This record gives sequence, C-alpha cells and structure tokens, in this order.
Amino acid sequence: MSQPPLVLIVDDVDHGREICAEYLEFRGFRVATAADGQEALDKAFALIPDVILMDLSLPIIDGWEATRRLKKDERTREIPVIALTAHALASAHDRAMAAGCDSVVTKPCLPRDLEAEVRRQLGAHARES
Amino acid sequence: MARVVQGKSRAAPARSPGADVVPRLELVEALLAERDLQPCAGIALRWLVRHAGVERGLCVVADSDSGKLAGLSGIGVAAAAVDEFSLDLEDTTHPLVVALASSEPVAFHSSGHALLRPFETPLGAVSFHAVPLARAAQNGNGELGPGLLLLTSSDDGPVHEGVSWVAEILGVRLTSLWHHRVQMDERRHKRERGWLLGIINAVTDPILLTDEVGRILIANAGAETLLTADEGKSEGRRRAVALNNMLFSASLFTAAEGNEPTRKELLLVDPTEGQDLLFEVLSTPVKIRAGEAGVVSVLRDVTDLRRASEQIEENYRKLRAAEVEARAERDRLDLILNSVLDPILVTDPAGNIVLMNPPAERMFTVARGRRNADAERRVRANDAVFTSFVSNVYAGQSLRWRGELSLLDPETGNAVPTEAISGKVVTKHGEDTAIVTILHDLTEAVEKAQLYEQIKRHSEELREKVREATAELAEQNELLRRQAFELEQASALKSQFLANVSHELRTPLNAIIGYTHLMLEGVSGDLTTGQRDKLNRVDSNARHLLAIINDLLDITRIESGKMPIQVERVILAELIDEVMAEVEPLIARTKLAVTRALAPHVPEIRTDRQKVKQIVLNLLSNALKFTPEGSVAIAIDADASLEEIAVAVADTGIGISEDNQRTIFEAFGQTDGSYAKRHGGTGLGLSICRRLATILGGRISLQSRPGEGSTFTLYLPRRAR
Repeated sequence: MSQPPLVLIVDDVDHGREICAEYLEFRGFRVATAADGQEALDKAFALIPDVILMDLSLPIIDGWEATRRLKKDERTREIPVIALTAHALASAHDRAMAAGCDSVVTKPCLPRDLEAEVRRQLGAHARES
Repeated sequence: MARVVQGKSRAAPARSPGADVVPRLELVEALLAERDLQPCAGIALRWLVRHAGVERGLCVVADSDSGKLAGLSGIGVAAAAVDEFSLDLEDTTHPLVVALASSEPVAFHSSGHALLRPFETPLGAVSFHAVPLARAAQNGNGELGPGLLLLTSSDDGPVHEGVSWVAEILGVRLTSLWHHRVQMDERRHKRERGWLLGIINAVTDPILLTDEVGRILIANAGAETLLTADEGKSEGRRRAVALNNMLFSASLFTAAEGNEPTRKELLLVDPTEGQDLLFEVLSTPVKIRAGEAGVVSVLRDVTDLRRASEQIEENYRKLRAAEVEARAERDRLDLILNSVLDPILVTDPAGNIVLMNPPAERMFTVARGRRNADAERRVRANDAVFTSFVSNVYAGQSLRWRGELSLLDPETGNAVPTEAISGKVVTKHGEDTAIVTILHDLTEAVEKAQLYEQIKRHSEELREKVREATAELAEQNELLRRQAFELEQASALKSQFLANVSHELRTPLNAIIGYTHLMLEGVSGDLTTGQRDKLNRVDSNARHLLAIINDLLDITRIESGKMPIQVERVILAELIDEVMAEVEPLIARTKLAVTRALAPHVPEIRTDRQKVKQIVLNLLSNALKFTPEGSVAIAIDADASLEEIAVAVADTGIGISEDNQRTIFEAFGQTDGSYAKRHGGTGLGLSICRRLATILGGRISLQSRPGEGSTFTLYLPRRAR
C-alpha cells in the first residue's frame, strides 16, 4: 500500500495554513507546510510533494516567483501548483497562470472545494504520467 | 411754184471742134489752176454763159457722206438759194435723182407733161436741162456721186455741144478735186486723231467714249489698263478687267439717263496690283453723229485722295478725342486738387505761386471783400515763410524735400504747425520747371499724438489688468489641474483601497469559513444539533458577507473603468442553457414552471460572454427568488433589423411598485430589506447588471405591477461597443 499523497501548503498566515493542513490531514493526505517562498522552495526540493498549494502574497520570495522557480527546476517541474489567493481581481489570476500555476483558487474557499481541486490536479497529473 | 416737167433732151448738134479751141483751152487752164470745187463750178458756169448759150445755171453735186444732193455754185441764181438747195439722194423717184443716174442730158419743160410730180429748183418754174457731170475714171462706182448742171438757155433748142463738153471736163475736174480733198481730209483727220489720242493718252486719268450700249469706242491708255486685257495677260488680270468692265458698264447704265453730265464714285480693281481703286467718274452724254448718242467718261483716281481725306478725318477725330481727354484730365486734376483738404501749391522757379487749391488760398490769400489788416499781415508772414522754404528746395539737390513750417491762421491768428512736402517737377533735360508743395496741418497730429499717448497709457493699464487676470486664471487652472490630478489619484487610491479592503476582508473571512467548515465536517469531533445549527448560521452570514465584498469589488471595477471586456462570438441559446443548468438546484427547490423560448431568427452576437451570463443569471435568480408561485419565462428575440437582441425574463412574482421601479437599479435599492435577508441577496445585483449592460452597449428595462409580476429585459447590440 503506497503512501498517501503529500501536499505542500504554503501560506504566511498561520490560520490559513492550519485550516488547510488540518482538513487535508483529516481527509487522509500527508501534509507539509511552509510560511514563506524560500521555505516553500527548500521544502519542495527536499520533499518533492505531489501537489503544492501556493499563497501568492508571501514574504522573502512571493508565490509568483517561487512558482516560476519550481517550474524551472527539473525536480519540481511536474508538480502541480494550485495558487491560493485572496486577490479577487482577474489580473491576479492571469499573473498566477503566467507564472506557471496549474490552477487558481480564490480565498475564501470551502475546505471541501479545496480538497476537490487537489484531487482533480492529482488525477490530472496521474493521467499525464 | 413752177411746174416743171421732164422730157428727153434732144441731142446737141455737132459743131466743128476747132471753132472755140482757145476759150476751151482757157477753161481747161482755169479749171486746172483752181483747187476748190466751188470756184471750179463757178468758172465752168460762167464759161457756159459766155460760150454755150446758157442763160442761167446751177451746179449740184451728190455728197455721199451727207446723202444729199447739194448746191455747189450758181450763175443767175441767188447765192442763198444755191446754199439752200438740198435734195435727199435716197428719194430715188425724184426726177433729179433719176437724172443723176442718166448718161444723157434730161430736158425739163415748164409745161406740157403732167406725168411727174412737181419739184422746185433755184432756177424757178422754167424749162431747163439737167446735164449729168462726167464721172472720174478712177471712181466708177461714184462715191462722189455724179453731179448735175441745171441750165436754162435763151433758145429752147437742144443742148449746146459746149455744154456736154463742159459737163465732161468739169465732172472730171470735180471728181479729181473731190478725191484730192477727201485724201487731204483723211490725212488731216488722221493727224488730228493722232493729236487727240496723244492728248487723251497724255491724261493719266482714264478717259473713254462709249456708245449707247456701252461698247468702248475710244479709250486712252489709262482706261485700257483698267478695262482691257489681251489674251496674253495673266488670268488674275483678265478677271480683274472683266470685273471692272462689269462695274463700269453698270455705272454707265445708270449714268446714261438724261443729258446732264453725272458725277459718281466707282470702286474698281487695279488689275496690276490687285488693290481697290476708288474713282470719281464724270460721265457726259455726247452725240457721236446724227441719231447716235454716246458717253464720254473721265475717271479720276480718288483712292489716295479719299485715303488722305479719311486720314485727315481720323487725325481730326483723334485730335478732338485727345482734346476731350486733356480737358477731362485737367478737370479731374482740378477736382482732385480742390477736393484735397491739405493746401497744395505750385510755384515757378522764380518762387511765384502759379496754382493753388482752395485750402492753400485760405492760408495765402485774403478773401476778397474782407479787407483785414491782421489777416493781410499773417498772409504776408505765411508767404515769407513759404517762399523761404521753396527757395531752399530749389537750391537743394534732392527732388523731394520735407520741412516743418510755422504758419499762422489768417482768420484767427493761431499758430498752425505745418509739415511741408515738396517735389520738383524736372524736365527731361534736368531743368526745374515747378515745385509742387503739399502742406499738412500738424495741429491735429499733435493732438492725435497726445491722444495716442493717453490711449497707450490706458492700453498699458488694461494689459496689466489682463496680465493679472491671466495669472490668476493660470493659478486657478493649476489648482483645478491639481485637483483633477488629486481626484484621479483619489479615484485610483479608492480602487486600490477597495481591492486591498477586499483582500484584507477575504483573509479573515477565509478563516471564519474555513474553521466553520472544519467543525461542520467533524474535523474537531462530533457536534450537537445546536452547535451545527449555529455553525451553519456563521457559515451563511460569512458567505453573504463574501457576496457583498465581491459585488462591491465589481462595482468598483466598473466605475473605475477597469472592468475588462472580452468580446467573442456568443450563441444566446447555449448561454441560456448554461445559466439554467447553474440555477437548476434553485429551480428544483421551487414549484415554478420555468420555460425558455427562442425566436428562430435570432443571430449570433459578439459580446462578453461572462458579463452577459452574469446579468442573465442575476435576473433569473431574482425571478426565482421573488416568485412564490406561478412561472418564470425566458424569451430571446431580435428586432426587425436584427441589430438588437432582447433577453426577457418574466415572472409572475410579487412585482415592484412604481416608486421602487425608479430606485431598484441603484445600489442597495432592493425593495424590502426583509427579502434581502430571506433570500440572501446583496442588494447590489441589479445595480451591477445595469452597469454591465451599459458597458456592453446595451440596457435593461423593467415592466412590473405589484402582485402580478415583473419582466426584466436585457437589450444587447449585435456587436458590443
């Protein structure tokens, strides 16, 4: 029996990280968290997660830049990145997609909907690979 | 009147030829010595009386020129009677004419024979013999016609032998003399004709004589040049001559009327040069000979005369015109001089004023009848000043001279500052002939200068005021610009602020919704029914708050013009299906009959698919929310031109009062607050819908009656602006 998928949750807001982590663990995923862009990159390269939930407004390295670097690196290029943002403007979505994100989810969102998106990205990735 | 009868004369008895030889020789000698016809006849008649028994006698000769038998000489007959005798030779039945043709003497008796008609002779009513004169041998056909000797004798016997002899030698002699005379005449005529031709040819004017029908009988050289042309001459010349003949004949034809000389003009062509020649034709009717009339025409070439006369007329006319023009010019000049208000003076080199206009007269003369010592003194002073100025001008080299003179008004004595401008009138040879001076009263100019200064000062003040006002305006402009900039910035800041607010509100809201759901999903363990209910209320309110935040964000974006529009091809039927699918859960919760009707001719449109969908979704949601029972119908139709498409959402719901219809599209314009709470609306939906419709180039209209239902219609252009 293989291990459950590992989700890297990147958010500088504690409760944001906590809600996601707690819910996804409750729903059977393995979870790792990072509070800024640099930590996200470190953990991503170290752990090679199955999917990354990326907040965009982050300290040190913002989510857009972190995504660009992940998508540039061979080790992490294939990992789906779901942007998670409280920016409701279309421009924020466009910038996220341009940076390499695979999809965008606007906060606030229901934990249930977030899990559905994670599963959708994992499925798509699984079908591709 | 004697009755004379004719009878055959008896033959004269023969005489011995030697009896009167000497007188006969003397007669012959006398006849040969005489050269004229008449004396010859006289000598012969006298001889006959002396030697041949003749009493009285008459010699008559036929003159073929005149056609008469005329008396030549007589003896025992009055000379006048001889001259008067004349008998027409054409009267061939006349006994004398008959006798003329006879070769024998014919005796006429005063009585006895009544066979012949009576006739007269200068001899009277006596018996006589008519003895034909012999014809000259060389003149057998008798141009001189023969003549007759009409003789009476003392005895009534036959003709004396001497008579026949005399008739013979006299006939021969007369014939000879006649011929001689004719020859002489001809020679003379020829000579005279030569002279006449010489004379008329010497006249350069064409002269000619024409007969009754216009034929040219005589023409001089000048006339021949004009009117005759040989075969050898050029075609042009012959034509010209033919034309001249025609013109000349025509002129003669009219001239021939009457007997008076006529004078007329005739235009002919010079056959040599070809140009027109004007002639004055003097035509005089003449008698050529008995019963034959003609016309002598003298043509005088008046072409040059006419040309000269025309030239003189033309010159005269020009002269008149020039004179008129000169007069007009002078009048104009006078008019100008007199109408110029400035004094103008013309002076000769000696400094005398030769011409001035009325304004100058006012300054330099004293009005007649207004003798005034002061005025005269001032005029003299003015004159002195002016003369001095003019003499300077003459002395100077330049042609124009300007100076200022201090003159006095002769009337008032006021000083008149005057500007003088002089120009020299110089001949071609450089001599000064006159000076023209125009004076200009500077009094007004001085006043004007003062006035100008005043105006300048006022203008300066005005300019200063304008400058101040402009500065103030600029300041205000700057202020306004700054305000506009600030407003713009404020607007941008507002948008940014709202975006930030939205972001900052979303983060805690995310926590609220997130934790609520963690608990509702049982992450933190089981919940009691009460706890679940309360958490559901938290969730519901948090979502309502989120909807309000989203709508506010939309309005902000529309108002700041930052709502992006993506125009694409839209098939409304498909879009309506999508909307209905999305509200399916809502529909399922009601008992409403929801229908969709699509007119067949509705075309595809180009618009922003998401915006249209948002509007229709909003309208349909509202219809479902505010219709407790009945139906909701969606109808899509297009106008006749297919340029405007209507999406109508009609319900049988609670309806909207007229008052509320006016405010329903405003933000938070929902009719009843309790409904908003009950149905979870933000109160911003219709406001957003109307704004979105506007930015797509469309509009939303509303028809409603409270209690009966509402119809919201979205009108869209076929192509979004």
